[in-house]
Amino acid sequence: MSPTLTVATAGRVLQQIRHDRRTLALLLIVPCVLLGLLAWIYQNTPVFDSIGAPLLALFPFLTMFLVTSIATLRERQSGTLERLLTMPMAKADLVAGYALAFGLLAAVQALIASGFALLVLGLDVAGAAWLLILVAVVDCLLGTALGLFLSAFARTEFQAVQFLPAFVLPQFLLCGLLIPRDQLPDVLRWISNVLPLSYAVDAMRTITTDPNGTASVLGDVAIVLGYVIALVALGAATLRRRTS
Amino acid sequence: MTAAGSTAEPAIAIADLRVVRLGRTVIPGLSLSIPRGQLVGLLGPSGCGKSTLLRSVVGVQEIAGGTVQVLGLPAGCEPLRHRVGYLIQAPSIYQDLTIAENLRYFAKVLGTPRRQLDGEVARVLEQVDLTDLAVASAAALSGGETARVSLAAALLGTPEVLVLDEPTVGLDPVLRRDLWAIFRRLAGQGVTLLVSSHVMDEAVRCDRLLLMRAGAMLADDTLQGVLASTGAPDAEQAFLTLVDRAAGTPAARPGGSDHRGRHEKPEPHQGVST
Repeated sequence: MSPTLTVATAGRVLQQIRHDRRTLALLLIVPCVLLGLLAWIYQNTPVFDSIGAPLLALFPFLTMFLVTSIATLRERQSGTLERLLTMPMAKADLVAGYALAFGLLAAVQALIASGFALLVLGLDVAGAAWLLILVAVVDCLLGTALGLFLSAFARTEFQAVQFLPAFVLPQFLLCGLLIPRDQLPDVLRWISNVLPLSYAVDAMRTITTDPNGTASVLGDVAIVLGYVIALVALGAATLRRRTS
Repeated sequence: MTAAGSTAEPAIAIADLRVVRLGRTVIPGLSLSIPRGQLVGLLGPSGCGKSTLLRSVVGVQEIAGGTVQVLGLPAGCEPLRHRVGYLIQAPSIYQDLTIAENLRYFAKVLGTPRRQLDGEVARVLEQVDLTDLAVASAAALSGGETARVSLAAALLGTPEVLVLDEPTVGLDPVLRRDLWAIFRRLAGQGVTLLVSSHVMDEAVRCDRLLLMRAGAMLADDTLQGVLASTGAPDAEQAFLTLVDRAAGTPAARPGGSDHRGRHEKPEPHQGVST
């Protein structure tokens, strides 16, 4: 693996996104619009303050997941992946390059979305603002990592898009937003314990309610980062140089 | 260039290669040896297994049996990926980058030093006659132009072996002639080129011909040799004669005559998305 190739690949991916202004705008603005809509729906109630932060974990996660899945699938289908795999490029360089590029994008997206929620929408949380931003960034990274990993199993765009309801929505149902995770039936609680989004949302709930929850939040962040690293490594491992 | 080094070893050595794709035997058992510095044409109809053979040589094809060695090393191994250039049949460039951005990225992947990137990109752009379009978006190119950018990327660096899958398909005759001149010059410098085409006319450009049909070699000889042994006036007639001969002998594979089209291309390629 070489840092030069990782950085060159990340630069190339960002260059592609930069040429695609509409995608860039959608990526950066859509989470803000959704949060704004949410705040508007629940105006004059305390609901936005209680679910605003968890949804701040969710919306950017979803968009990064989709963008990453499709981008890597396009690489596969356009023949550029096959070209790169015959060149002096380690599989890890390619996957890490994607993770770096989308990670940077994810960070910008999370900064904008959390800044918008805090400053414009007046989201009021018990914990520190920097913690909220940190968790939002890590959740975006999680979306990217999951997209990188799962896109290895999609042969067509149709399949890749179906992975959202198949692998992401169950995580949403079980992450504790609908009912607290400790009230889930046992089996579902066990499942939710191994799903990464659960920890992302746990962290956001702690930030929402607990002014002294920094240690607990950082613990959840560490778990989510662990998933990110594992998913990126699996993404590189499942990339096949030889195909039929 | 180290190609002139141990010339005793063949550039490409294939023994008993067997490839099965989607339950269908595409190459039933193929052996082949190509010495260094030759310009070899791999000719045959669409669907005969040319792309699969080339993919095996660059090490991206899953194989069911046999061995493929390139420059004395197993195909696709890490050191070879610095020494073998490959042109895939699909237009394998990034549609949302400019031509120059595409080539700069591929040059970086090949380890071209930063100071030499511009010169390297300019060199290959000139070879495929696209210098004027360097800053054009790849999405705005015609099919032929896209194919040329793709070829330019394969010419980056100093490959010792070039594996080109239909590099001249659909191109202007003048450009085709110029590209063959480049291939000829590279062969003169010791580069081994394995170039596929389904256009039999291109036989005259090659040192040696591999005539392929239904996953097997009908002939492996110079054009003169093929014409002499068949009594045919050109490569296309020679090919037909060889097919008829093969069909008349017990050695012909049963059912081997109906392999046409559809399975040739390993990956579907995607249209331009905006």
